[in-house]
Amino acid sequence: MSEPTSQSSQSSQSSQLSHASQGVPAASGHAGPEYRTFIAVWGVLVALTALLVLVSRSGQNAAVWGLLLITPVKAALVFYFFMHLRYEGLLLKTVIGVALVTLIIFFALLFSDIAFR
Amino acid sequence: MNQAAATPAHAHRDDFGAKLGMWLFLITEMLLFSGLFLAYAYMRARYPAEFHHAGGEMNAVLGVTNTLVLLTSSLSMGLAILAIQRGERSRALLGLAVTILLGLVFLGNKAFEWTAEIHHGNYPGSKHLATLPPGEQVFFGLYYTMTGLHGLHVLVGITMLTVMAVLVARGRINQDRNVMLENGGLYWHLVDVVWIFLLPLFYLAA
Repeated sequence: MSEPTSQSSQSSQSSQLSHASQGVPAASGHAGPEYRTFIAVWGVLVALTALLVLVSRSGQNAAVWGLLLITPVKAALVFYFFMHLRYEGLLLKTVIGVALVTLIIFFALLFSDIAFR
Repeated sequence: MNQAAATPAHAHRDDFGAKLGMWLFLITEMLLFSGLFLAYAYMRARYPAEFHHAGGEMNAVLGVTNTLVLLTSSLSMGLAILAIQRGERSRALLGLAVTILLGLVFLGNKAFEWTAEIHHGNYPGSKHLATLPPGEQVFFGLYYTMTGLHGLHVLVGITMLTVMAVLVARGRINQDRNVMLENGGLYWHLVDVVWIFLLPLFYLAA
């Protein structure tokens, strides 16, 4: 009764191990995401949030630069890893890229309007 | 009849189409929020001093706390999807439960914050706000509109994830068929991205 259970748990453990060992050269071969990739991305996001708070405390200009530089990096990390863009095909990436470029054009037009008003 | 019976139920299944459709919807959501971000950018350029002053009345600690809450909920959401794709149903349920719980914590913080602001008389149409300069009135107007619309999205996300948790528990979302959960995750992560932008706009502006 207990024998098959322990066997199956052993095999699932070994399959997890093989998953983990594949994780190191993940960039080249393995197609899917890994638990620890997500946890590492979360760590970076928290660190960037701390950096943003620190930068914002050192003055109004620094706060604006922090907003313009750090925030898009955080958003990009969520898009690329959490929203699986890294693992998607060219079509989906293109669709989203077109939308983002459109938004950037909107903002560029608005800022140029403000600047030369 | 015969043909329908002979065709397997998953014959017309198109996971990529489902995902593309979800992304197209998310793009409309991005445009919706971007309109408000544009309004914010214009108004901040027009009333820099007022935005700086009004931003000083925001509770930065609550804003940062809520950021950490949402970032962590995005992690648990992502892990839940990975888990279901590996057939680890109980882990997926745990991830979803943590995500839903953190979403509720976020809304609780938000309710606490809004209550405090309203108590200070900083709400649209209040007598106190009417005495402030126009730029500060605009700041609070944008604050309630943008965090309110975002909060509504969190509420929708929590409801949707609760339904999906039930579907996972019943095995309707499983290792083989999980694009619905993946799309739910996409929505949740986009709500997180919107908050990533809202934090420096309102809470770190001063």
